[in-house]
Amino acid sequence: MSSGELRQTPPGGLAFFAKSQLLTGEEVERALKRMAHEIVERNHGLPRLSVIGLQTGGVAFATRIAEFLHDIVGDDVSLSLLDVSFYRDDLNRNPVPKSTATTIDHDLTDQTVIVVDDVLFTGRTIRAALNALSDWGRPRSVQLAVMVDRGHRELPIRPDYVGKNLPTSLDEAILATLEGVWIGTKGES
Amino acid sequence: MIDSIRGQNLLTLNDVSREAIIEVLDTAESFVEVNRRTIKKVPALKGRVVASLFFEESTRTRLSFETAAKRLSADVLSLAVASSSVKKGESLRDTIATIDALGIDAVVLRHQSSGAALQVSRYVPHVRVINAGDGLHQHPTQGLLDAFTVRQVLSERAGTSGLESGAKLFDGLRVLIVGDIRHSRVARSDIAAYSALGCDVHVAAPGTLLPADIENWPVRVVDDFDEALEWADVVALLRLQRERGSGSFVPSLAEFTRTFGLTLERARRLRPTTIIMHPGPMNRGVEIDSRVADLPSAVIERQVANGVPIRMAVLYLTVAGSSEGVS
Amino acid sequence: MSSILLRGGLVVGPQSSAVADVLVVDGQIAQVAAQVAAPEGCDVIDASGCWVGPGFVDLHTHLREPGREEAETIESGALAGAIGGYTALTAMPNTEPVLDNVALVSYVLDRGARTPLDVAVAGAITQGRRGESLAPLAEMAELGVRLFSDDGTGVQDPSLMRRALTYARPLGVRLAQHCEDELLAAGGSMNEGAVSGRLGLVGRPALAEELMVQRDIELVALTGGSLHFMHLSTSRSLDLVHDAQRRGLPVSFEVAPHHFTLDETCCEQFDPIFKVHPPLRPRADVDALREALRSGTIDAVATDHAPHAPELKDLPFDEAPAGMLGLEYAASLTFEALGDAPSPQRFFSVLSREPARIAQLRHEDARVRHAGHGGAVVEGEDANLVVFDPETNWTARNEDLHSHAVNSPYDGRALRGRVRSTIAKGVLVVSDGVLV
Repeated sequence: MSSGELRQTPPGGLAFFAKSQLLTGEEVERALKRMAHEIVERNHGLPRLSVIGLQTGGVAFATRIAEFLHDIVGDDVSLSLLDVSFYRDDLNRNPVPKSTATTIDHDLTDQTVIVVDDVLFTGRTIRAALNALSDWGRPRSVQLAVMVDRGHRELPIRPDYVGKNLPTSLDEAILATLEGVWIGTKGES
Repeated sequence: MIDSIRGQNLLTLNDVSREAIIEVLDTAESFVEVNRRTIKKVPALKGRVVASLFFEESTRTRLSFETAAKRLSADVLSLAVASSSVKKGESLRDTIATIDALGIDAVVLRHQSSGAALQVSRYVPHVRVINAGDGLHQHPTQGLLDAFTVRQVLSERAGTSGLESGAKLFDGLRVLIVGDIRHSRVARSDIAAYSALGCDVHVAAPGTLLPADIENWPVRVVDDFDEALEWADVVALLRLQRERGSGSFVPSLAEFTRTFGLTLERARRLRPTTIIMHPGPMNRGVEIDSRVADLPSAVIERQVANGVPIRMAVLYLTVAGSSEGVS
Repeated sequence: MSSILLRGGLVVGPQSSAVADVLVVDGQIAQVAAQVAAPEGCDVIDASGCWVGPGFVDLHTHLREPGREEAETIESGALAGAIGGYTALTAMPNTEPVLDNVALVSYVLDRGARTPLDVAVAGAITQGRRGESLAPLAEMAELGVRLFSDDGTGVQDPSLMRRALTYARPLGVRLAQHCEDELLAAGGSMNEGAVSGRLGLVGRPALAEELMVQRDIELVALTGGSLHFMHLSTSRSLDLVHDAQRRGLPVSFEVAPHHFTLDETCCEQFDPIFKVHPPLRPRADVDALREALRSGTIDAVATDHAPHAPELKDLPFDEAPAGMLGLEYAASLTFEALGDAPSPQRFFSVLSREPARIAQLRHEDARVRHAGHGGAVVEGEDANLVVFDPETNWTARNEDLHSHAVNSPYDGRALRGRVRSTIAKGVLVVSDGVLV
């Protein structure tokens, strides 16, 4: 995607105008692979691991990480999706997002949960995810993996695994997909 | 035409677009999943107050709405203002003002007079009003859960999910609505929903139970009920609205059953894939034979079960989408 | 000696109009000429650019007293009427209790006499308006009652209606009928049609009105009694009565402003302000009534002014009482409906002269202390006059209403033409749009 080209964000959001590309698809792939290794190392193998991708930006990344984990360890890795719309604290102010599927089908008690999202920003989405996860039991630990950490946290939330740290200003926007990471602005199309 | 019910009242399905209906159905899918969890609750409406104001008694619908509100973590004020001769003549404005003074975000209203929900919405424009049935006029959540049930059954058969099917499977779907159309708010909501979704809607009823201006409705009146049964993909039966006076519009219940009831014999003429529906409560033996109600093609229990996720979707979209919290 | 001079208005006679001054002295028209000199102490009203004609006469006013004074009293209704340019009203008998005997009729006549206007009374046709047996029509006629009606509803039993017409005939009085067959109307709350079907409201079919119109026309033919048809609302009803009039039958009719202004789609928001019997009809009927007004084939405009306490119009649509206000806007609505080049003759004919003839208020009646109304505006006549400004554009506002009630369907509506001054029995009651 060249700068200036338009890329639509999920319905209900604003359009994204790219300014420059910061990571290529290969660089994203390498980062995810590295993160998968970090996960395995830190958790001494993968006993009782549940990878949970946050809708909608974290889905592709969670899927890829789960594939890498499977490659590394050889066992099947549990992969679920979670829509945190119903757990947001800002439903009053932001438009009600379109609901997507939540596919968690097992008790998370005693599990090591890896929450995966595309971009970590204020931390409110992760807070909502933590709130949601408690409805499926009491995980032994919850760890956070994000492709990009762009700063500006409003809550005491920190990632455990980061693809890339990218300091940004508030009026900028980040788009992260398996094809690459771009910095740009968001606005009405 | 309303394109989305987000932050709006839900008073009628008459001017609700296909997109808006599909949005509700898609949102309800998420709540079907929520209802399968051990903890059947999400905090989406935490801190909001939903009043259920039922002037007409209906335990089932009221519980369905209240369950929906509670599963969204809303606080529920339940007022079964059963209609007695004392209550008739009480100003709607006064009743709703009393409740509003307690600070509510939404009211779910059922009333014996057509238009009551719309009238109430004028008195409390800052409160979201959800019509749970007003006289002969509309019962929007019933229309929505009926459409949802059809999509659910048909997409299961096709091996897809409801979300994937979207609106496609409604295109040209043959829906036959049978019974007391004239006095039925369910009929009005169903017809609005099915026509907006692109179905082919036919109706069958004794002449006196059709509305006077049926030729203006987006439906076709069938000449031969039995033939129409073979044509239909969905047969939606309506209850004879005896409490709204429909009893005097037909000579007897027996004659109604003989001419327009879904008897066992008639049910045998249905194609094996035809879905049988009824909004309940059923007059077993009148509009539907008891044994027919228990056939696998009769999805009445599913309709009831789908009431909660649909009502959760409606409350979520209308209330969470409102920009004001409790002041 | 009290005098009023109306200067420079267009004085509208029954056949022609001319700009002139009108001098009123001690309750009578003293002089009608160009450039009349104002006597000492005279109230001079600048009527230039305005129409000067006989004060309006309402054949159909619900004054709610006795019994429902919270909605309106005879006094408040009279004042509302004066604002609307009326100098005479006809009080309908569906009060509580019903005006079906001399005691109650006298009561209303007395209260009416204390108002600035002439308040005539329509007595009930049947006792208690129950439609079972005749009320004492002759006794009431002796008091000066000229019009009888069970309004609110019509007399359902055709044999009773026949008897009433037969009995009334030699008394020289007129019966007036609210035409709606209650069984066909089925307790409906709006017109039966596409809108009622969609809204899930039980409808009152046009046939409920038209069938009774037909029935009563034939009863008139049979009995020779004279009948006035009230608030006809459909094109077919008009055709039926016109036909009867061509047959030479003694029938007259009125239409109400809401029926030639509003149509059934007004009910789409379930606002009981628009609930009325007979109901608001489809646009085609409204247009037919307007066309008939323009072509001069409407006998009379009558307001069917029906005040209701505000909380009653807060009820659900099917439970709320029927009826809307009309006195303060009838003239403007009639003027607007008369089209782009409204005939002043037609205007005063339907609002004043014809109603005065039908109500038998053309001439003074000492028994009821009524003056003459609907006159030619010539010397010697009783001074019941109105000054109407055809050029003013204004907006109806509920807070400006003089009626006790506020159930007006016209709040916020732009209006053309306005009553400036009303002189009732020689007294200036309204000047420059306000009560004196």
